[in-house]
Amino acid sequence: MVDTVASARGVTKRFAKPATTALDAVDIDIVAGRMTGLVGPDGAGKTTLIRLLAGLLDPDEGEVEALGRPATATDRSLIGYMPQRFGLYEDLSVIENLSLYADLRGLAADERDARFARLLDFTDLDRFRTRLAGKLSGGMKQKLGLACALVRTPRLLLLDEPGVGVDPVSRRELWAMVRELSSEGIGVLWSTAYLDEAEKCDSVFLLNEGRLIHAGPPGALTETMAGRTFRLFGADEDRRARLERLLDRDDVTDGTIQGASLRLVVKPGAPPPEVPGLTTEPATPRFEDAFVDRLGGGPGGTSRLAESYRPIPPGDAPAIEAVGLTKRFGDFTAASDIHFSIPRGQIFGLLGPNGAGKSTTFKMLCGLLTPSAGNGRVAGHDLRTARADARQSLGYMAQKFSLYGDLSVRQNLDFFSGVYGLTGAARREAIERSIDIFHLADYVNSNSGGMPLGFKQRLALACAVMHQPPVLFLDEPTSGVDPIVRREFWTHINGLVERGVTVLVTTHFMDEAEYCDRIALIYRAEEIAVGTPDELKAQAGLDDPTLEDAFIALIEASDRAREAA
Amino acid sequence: MDGFNRQRFAAMLVKETLQIVRDPSTFLIAFLLPLLLLFLFGYGVSLDVTRVKIGLVVEDRSAPALSLATSFRQSRWFEPHEAHSVADVKPALVSGAVRGIVVIPQDFGRKMASGRGAAIQIITDGSLPNTANFVAAYAEGVRASWEEGQLRERGHATDPPIQIATRFWFNPELASRFFLVPGAIAIVMTMIGTLLTALVIAREWERGTMEAIMATPIGMGEFLATKVIPYFLLGLGSMTVCTLIAIFAFGVPFRGSPLALLIIASAFLVPALGQGLLISAATKNQFVASQVALLTAFLPAMLLSGFLFEIPSMPTPVQALTYIVPARYLIPPLQTVFVAGDLWGLFLPDILIMLGFGAVFFALAFRATRRRIA
Repeated sequence: MVDTVASARGVTKRFAKPATTALDAVDIDIVAGRMTGLVGPDGAGKTTLIRLLAGLLDPDEGEVEALGRPATATDRSLIGYMPQRFGLYEDLSVIENLSLYADLRGLAADERDARFARLLDFTDLDRFRTRLAGKLSGGMKQKLGLACALVRTPRLLLLDEPGVGVDPVSRRELWAMVRELSSEGIGVLWSTAYLDEAEKCDSVFLLNEGRLIHAGPPGALTETMAGRTFRLFGADEDRRARLERLLDRDDVTDGTIQGASLRLVVKPGAPPPEVPGLTTEPATPRFEDAFVDRLGGGPGGTSRLAESYRPIPPGDAPAIEAVGLTKRFGDFTAASDIHFSIPRGQIFGLLGPNGAGKSTTFKMLCGLLTPSAGNGRVAGHDLRTARADARQSLGYMAQKFSLYGDLSVRQNLDFFSGVYGLTGAARREAIERSIDIFHLADYVNSNSGGMPLGFKQRLALACAVMHQPPVLFLDEPTSGVDPIVRREFWTHINGLVERGVTVLVTTHFMDEAEYCDRIALIYRAEEIAVGTPDELKAQAGLDDPTLEDAFIALIEASDRAREAA
Repeated sequence: MDGFNRQRFAAMLVKETLQIVRDPSTFLIAFLLPLLLLFLFGYGVSLDVTRVKIGLVVEDRSAPALSLATSFRQSRWFEPHEAHSVADVKPALVSGAVRGIVVIPQDFGRKMASGRGAAIQIITDGSLPNTANFVAAYAEGVRASWEEGQLRERGHATDPPIQIATRFWFNPELASRFFLVPGAIAIVMTMIGTLLTALVIAREWERGTMEAIMATPIGMGEFLATKVIPYFLLGLGSMTVCTLIAIFAFGVPFRGSPLALLIIASAFLVPALGQGLLISAATKNQFVASQVALLTAFLPAMLLSGFLFEIPSMPTPVQALTYIVPARYLIPPLQTVFVAGDLWGLFLPDILIMLGFGAVFFALAFRATRRRIA
């Protein structure tokens, strides 16, 4: 028997400011004991749908039911809801947050100790009982948020993008916890931008621009891609240029780089893509292939940003160098003895769990933090003696949206072009070009703070590259952004690299790490592995691992070495 | 729709209290700021005038002129600086070193002797109207009492037919501190009641905790109540500290009863808290909430409540405006309970008006706090 714990029937929701239809006649069912995935590009209406199900919004049309009653009037004590921002009180400790939500949801006093013990064990937060929630790392906050939503075993669990900004290790743990709960009979709705998570759900609802475009098991959608996916080997050095040309072909709808190889999706019925000098093999279709296909395929291979970019003159010196970079805050070492050297025209990835020291390393190289020891060079400028010059020759895109939310898109572009010293016709031209290339025309006069995340990130990238710097620093540029926009970003990045730009990037998306020429894995402030994506996979000592498997294996090996020492 | 539940209510109260205790800025506003304000108003701002510096120009050398000059020198209101001519002391008036000039003219003695009555000249600094009036009135006062003394000495006219004997009741020394310190208590309660409360719900919206709280079974009425109670107690606590300082550090008399004070203060906290809740529910943003609270609560309480400026001396439109400032109804009973005593007949109308304002604010705040995200 199918036990539907929540449902929406023909739900439409409109917002007045800006005038949009967030949801358009959407039907959805959440069934007890199953993981239901809610996926879709940024701004598709996922959060609106979850808020409707949580009874925090009134639908304009249609009906939303939860636990057999209208969602706005149902028994909220049996609904677990974790909003995107967790809803934790940062000035309360772990245990105080738990107690608060336990009381709010009416957990009986005699069940409390056993329940807390289980949740704290489950989330591995027992050691941090008395720590303030504000002092927890991102991954731990996420787990505490989940524990608060679960404090009284709910019948319906609503999770709004629980994986955003969380490293692969924490994400896997979180997934495993929720999966276990769903097997106990809880109906779970898991909204996500990570398609590997969606692929593991029992059923998936795919939203795009407020409309439901697929409902059913993810496998059914993936199957439609059978015979359309291929791996191409042997491109090595010129894989970026090859991908660019391939993506512009009519028979290719989508393509990505996977280490040294390429992965392509072709049109239905098209023959395997034959490319001189490359060997083509069929590949197993993935949910992401189907997702991108449903949304009309990925962007073309040519980056108009790169086309209008000045060529960066070649040179022998490394574009970015870190020589024993170390940063200490009091007794705490945030980054310890980091070494790497990035030649001009390469992509270098910094990977690692939350709080490992990636951003600290990043900030030292940008000249935003003074290293406690060691030194670095950016475009030939010494970070200790020529910080201002180093900064002028780099473009920086921060992890959080760091533009002026109260300024319009045009005002932001205008401001940043001025900051970077552009004047007159060059300035006007740079602004118009950015608006055009990054599809910002619709938002040009609206406050940038109110745009969907994907557009914010586009604007942030536009501002970072306005002065055409030879070096780009991108700190989680695609966090929370859907696959289509991510492909667009990587098309730009690849194009820029072909022009000679050097890119340093951090990311939690392992498929994005595959684009990197080389990767440094940072863990507990130390560099535990450096190499090409394929080298790291080999180092992990697993049989044909994904980069994510390798990432986790290397971190576990480091933990074992640490315990042994 | 969700009935009252003691477990939820207690949990939210505990949470709110912990947050107050852990947030150092709350304590600064609740206890340090009142101290600062009290000392500022107690010592720094005084509306009393004593020993004003004036220039004294004695042009006549006759006995009556010298006698009058002596009266000025002995006056407790003036500190005269003597000069030979108005020209000599004029620069001091321009620079503000003296606040007025009293001239005893050359023919003063002659006119006195002729019995035609003699005049003195009083020059004041019109750029400071209050001080100018004070100098003029008191200088005239000195002259009049001197003249009276002269007449009595010579056995002329005994008492004038009508005598006005002025008595200042309740505050015989007219010390403005006695008024200012209770007024400062009103300001402090406005700060805590409205400003702090305005910040608390806005903070929940800003940090995203509101969304999580709304998804739990708590009723919005319960939610608002748990926001109000801790700040109500904090406001009363701060008021108590202020009162003790007023009595023991400033020597302000306390002629009423603690119960009356408690009731008056509690009645005022109702509209203050209600206004704070309304602001934060409507703005959902801490920065905007604090600005709105300053403009609609703090400044009116300061300027339009009769605390610093007397309402009857305001222009009529501004006077009309004061009627919608809740603090206006707090200042008179508060000052009365300190310097006069328990006059319930005076207190009750003000208390009822304050509660009325409170009811309106709470009703509006309740309407604005719906369990919906948008």
